[in-house]
Amino acid sequence: MTALTTGPLTTPDHAESIAGLAPVLTARNVSIEYEVTPPVKAVKDVSLTLHRGEILGLAGESGCGKTTLAYGINQLLKPPALRTAGEIVFHDQDGTDIDVAALEGDALRAFRWDKISMVFQGAMNSLNPVISVRSQLFDVFTTHRPGMSNAEKLERSRELLQLVGVDPNRLDSFAHELSGGMRQRVMIAMALALNPQVMIMDEPTTALDVVVQRGILREIMRLREQFNFAVVFITHDLPLLLEISDRIAVMRHGEIVELNTSANIFAKPQHEYTRKLLASFPSLTGDRGSFVRSGESTEGNAL
Amino acid sequence: MSTLEVKNLIKDFRVRGSGAGKKFRAVDDVSFTLEPGRTIALVGESGSGKSTVARMISKLETPTSGEILIDGRKSATRGRALAEYRRNVQMVFQDPFASLNPFHTIAHHIERPLRLHGKAKGRTEIDAQVHQLLERVNLTPAPIVAARRPHELSGGQRQRVAIARALAPGARFLVADEPVSMLDVSIRLSVLNLLARLQREESLGVLYITHDLATARHFSDEIIVMFRGKIVERGPSDEVILNPQHDYTKLLLGAAPNPENHGRLREEVRRELASASATSGDAGAARDRFGTADL
Repeated sequence: MTALTTGPLTTPDHAESIAGLAPVLTARNVSIEYEVTPPVKAVKDVSLTLHRGEILGLAGESGCGKTTLAYGINQLLKPPALRTAGEIVFHDQDGTDIDVAALEGDALRAFRWDKISMVFQGAMNSLNPVISVRSQLFDVFTTHRPGMSNAEKLERSRELLQLVGVDPNRLDSFAHELSGGMRQRVMIAMALALNPQVMIMDEPTTALDVVVQRGILREIMRLREQFNFAVVFITHDLPLLLEISDRIAVMRHGEIVELNTSANIFAKPQHEYTRKLLASFPSLTGDRGSFVRSGESTEGNAL
Repeated sequence: MSTLEVKNLIKDFRVRGSGAGKKFRAVDDVSFTLEPGRTIALVGESGSGKSTVARMISKLETPTSGEILIDGRKSATRGRALAEYRRNVQMVFQDPFASLNPFHTIAHHIERPLRLHGKAKGRTEIDAQVHQLLERVNLTPAPIVAARRPHELSGGQRQRVAIARALAPGARFLVADEPVSMLDVSIRLSVLNLLARLQREESLGVLYITHDLATARHFSDEIIVMFRGKIVERGPSDEVILNPQHDYTKLLLGAAPNPENHGRLREEVRRELASASATSGDAGAARDRFGTADL
């Protein structure tokens, strides 16, 4: 990736850190608008490169455009959302480049989930409540691997559940029979089903208790080591991102205001907003910050 | 009134479909004392019983056994005395989007407790008090905010309305059940700081219920850790967080994201995999399928 001339703040050693990596997904100058009156510019001129096996954190608050951007990358936007500018290129394992933005119909269906899969926000409710886990996993294979026999599907489904730490006997369970953490693991198994090269995870652990969250994060990290897929991890939880990501992009009002390695974002944040986000999380074990019990901001008051 | 004491509180819920017999003990022998000007944080995961404690203190749930005492005297369960108790003990709920009525103006939400508890009479007096309360929670200009409806305010602003509403009847104790968990991160601290200021200024006793250990440490004097209905650890907040004794507290602390541990999880996972691949070739085979790692 060439050094960024405009756009997000960063530091020179960031460019160094990614110099030798092979990109798997490149987004250039992507803009997305919601065509309502007046139009909402949800994503403004965003450029991002995701590298093989990398965990890229996308941090930002409600309404900053992080989910819209993720949907845009996966060609999932529905009207009134519309990508108004920019290109998204997927660099396949075999060396071919796929113009994601130009995909539609069957080509898009074949691409999606196979190359880039997604774990959706609110995954607690993303499983179909009226069909079993087995049917939902089989569905993926029926669509994408039409040649697979039922025995093969079953074997792969059991293997997938095992990979994410769910008892394969749960195949016949329904969503309501599973705990929140197990549902999330099943969602990850589904995302993993076709060995994608990129996995987009939109707030995958937000609704879960910390102990369960930790288990799932560990699982994601382990699977990443095993299968070397790249992850776009979307969340507002900056401490979590700092802990697990290789790089972090901080989004605000549809723009990436800062892009850097996790270590740099933590140690030397460049943008004022990054500093503000960092300061929003009191340190668990560090000194009591001076902001605590004093810095009562009135921001957000403007009506 | 000066202290709110909870003594050997127990709450059993009947398990549905089990006939008369089966019971689930949601809260098991919980005792603590909330003093004016102090904040106690009740921490634990979903299902630990922390919200049930809050609901019993707010008299939304009746304890199976145990007592809630005010200055050593048993608190009322009905009638005028209960209304008086409720005036003193108010609650701030988790979801600011659900806890305000979309049909009514902000002024209405704050007027009602003022009227019901006889704190103000007559238009001018009520308006003055409504505006004063809004100003105390930093919602200015008060007359403009008062005329708005909930959908016109942000989550943080709504939560401040909820706090103003709790203060309206002149509460001495505030039970705040996850008051900031649904708010955007950058405004969480300002709402907590607001609570902390009001607590100082009014010498309120605050019961802060949360699963967030970091804010529990910074915004409370004492932390009580609950697990499956029982108190497993309690003490001054810094002590509980920096020097946890119980295994469950340690587990909670170990699971909380900590930016200073960057890369640690990855190292752990790699070590695990390395020792696992010595026995099975699974990980290695998977890696081959995708070529070597770039990272």
